[in-house]
Amino acid sequence: MSGELAKLLSDLKEPEALGYVEKALAGKVNPMDLLGQAKEGMNIVGQRFARGDYFIPDLIFSGEILKGIVKVLEPHLKQDEEAKRLGKVIIGTVAGDIHDIGKDLVVFMLDVHGFEVLDLGVDVPVQKFVDTIKESGSTVVGLSGFLTLAFDAMKDTVEAINAAGLRDQVKIMVGGGQIDDQVKGYVGADAYGNNAMEAVKLAQGWIGG
Amino acid sequence: MEKSWESLSTDEKQEAQFQKLLTPKDPEGNDLKFQSPQAEAAYQASIKRIKNAIQFKEPEDRVPVCLFPGMFPISYAGMTMEAAMYDYDKCMAAFKKFVLDFKPDLQFGAGAPGPGKFYEILDYKLYAWPGHGVAPDAGYQCLEKEYMMAEEYDLLITDPSFFFRNFYLPRVFGALDGFAMLPPLTNILEMYGVAFNFIPFGLPPVQNTFKALFEAGAEALKWAGALSGFNTEMATLGFPNILGGFTKAPFDTIGDTLRGTKGIMLDMYRQPDKLLAALDAITPIMIGMGLGATRQTGNPVIFMPLHKGADGFLSDEQFKKFYWPTLKNVILGLIEGGCIPFLAAEGGYNTRLEDIKDIPQGKTLWMFDQTDMAKAKEIVGDTLCLFGNVPSSLLKIGTPDQVKEYCRKLIDTAGQGGGFVMGNGAFFDHAKPENITAMVEFSKEYGVYK
Repeated sequence: MSGELAKLLSDLKEPEALGYVEKALAGKVNPMDLLGQAKEGMNIVGQRFARGDYFIPDLIFSGEILKGIVKVLEPHLKQDEEAKRLGKVIIGTVAGDIHDIGKDLVVFMLDVHGFEVLDLGVDVPVQKFVDTIKESGSTVVGLSGFLTLAFDAMKDTVEAINAAGLRDQVKIMVGGGQIDDQVKGYVGADAYGNNAMEAVKLAQGWIGG
Repeated sequence: MEKSWESLSTDEKQEAQFQKLLTPKDPEGNDLKFQSPQAEAAYQASIKRIKNAIQFKEPEDRVPVCLFPGMFPISYAGMTMEAAMYDYDKCMAAFKKFVLDFKPDLQFGAGAPGPGKFYEILDYKLYAWPGHGVAPDAGYQCLEKEYMMAEEYDLLITDPSFFFRNFYLPRVFGALDGFAMLPPLTNILEMYGVAFNFIPFGLPPVQNTFKALFEAGAEALKWAGALSGFNTEMATLGFPNILGGFTKAPFDTIGDTLRGTKGIMLDMYRQPDKLLAALDAITPIMIGMGLGATRQTGNPVIFMPLHKGADGFLSDEQFKKFYWPTLKNVILGLIEGGCIPFLAAEGGYNTRLEDIKDIPQGKTLWMFDQTDMAKAKEIVGDTLCLFGNVPSSLLKIGTPDQVKEYCRKLIDTAGQGGGFVMGNGAFFDHAKPENITAMVEFSKEYGVYK
């Protein structure tokens, strides 16, 4: 039976995947195995997206199916069974910008790929990034922005991280709307990613996983 | 005898619309008095340049040069967005300075910042704007939510206007909550019972909504007066306004502000038939929106910002099934009515070029953002007039020499043989003034057709 749920989820078969989970639980299948399979399914979704076989709607829909599966599984899972996380990644949309769709996709894909994501939300003040790096000891920061005003907000954020003496301890990635390689250079980031899976690959390269 | 409008061919309708643009009137309906013969000549040349580009005629003299700036004129004038949204005269002065300093061939009006007080009166909840959720110097930004629920498709399909008035509008405008109490207009049929339909108008919530509407209408009128004064003045100085109105792709209408990005994406999997029916239901409404605007402004160019059909946002199959068919019908309906759809393909459209080719030649203008312009020229360049695509990042971060180099490549590829308008690729709020100057001056000089 191994892999059936991973296949249903990665093929975006929502009713079938949920039905499978209900039936498996009734048949005393270990809920942790089912959760593992769901994660395997999400990995396949990520690979298909990276290959260009899947697109943003597929990511969003797979996320909804996963949410449904987790909701069914949750009462059967013990609290201490939370899987070990790979490392902490700080993500936020920079000051002045309140766009969140791209940022949320990055947060979601990092999460399903095993990272602990500290999502600071939107319109995040510069100091909040600095404080969160200090408090969490995180080594990867992702700055999101949709508007041209985000260019300077990103630059200010990177400069503040620098001024706080934290620049050497973190890798910084940027993405969103009008962000490109030229903007990456302007703001002083380490990398630019065009989509959510590129953010995952960058984090994997820096943290491992 | 003059033929009736309905009996004209689409070519004749478009020609008649351009003739109207070439013989501009002042707000009183008299021939527009230009401020100088040079201004009149510049006005005429600008219209002819873009007309010939759109229609694939022999180029007038050089590549038309346009700037579609977003909120840049505000920061350029040293003003906050908040000031521009609340002081209409100052806002118009900022846009005037922008046009006169950079001298693009055509201008795009000054309506983008919008009337701040109007939004306050109606308690607009769909956007955050300066002082209301974003900083005084930030532009307004959409607050995406499900303003239409997943189970409300039948309501929308059955009677879009009823759904908008009774459900959607009260959700996005706090002051319009009284609308939720109104019966459908189509209930009003005959003497027996007719008065029942008017009972809600006697109730305080509905009356308060109407009071807010009167106040909002007065404010909108004040703002419109400033806009109209600006457009007339710009025309007398030789800078025609290119925009005649606005409408949207049906998929974006539902996806942007009704169901939201996530909502509409899930609907494609969970209730595709309802979504398709709703797209069909609002298609004639989107056509009517454009045609109505042109009737009002006398300008046939209907702007359509395209959002969710960009590369990556839909699969090829989803684009062909959900996005393109109704967008195409809106484009065709507008063309049929003598309009010129001006589509802004935000993001990349590299994977969509083969699909969008399938519309009549010489009837549309396409602003491209992150699309490969040489490839666009190759695939759609003899059907669609291309507009773009100097990147916002280059305008903000690059040097004048880099901007010129980019424009040179654009003119050498996309500009070959006409059918091209030099312009920015996406609306920009921030840029180096010297980069914009470089873009306009270099393109006017290098873009001469020999």
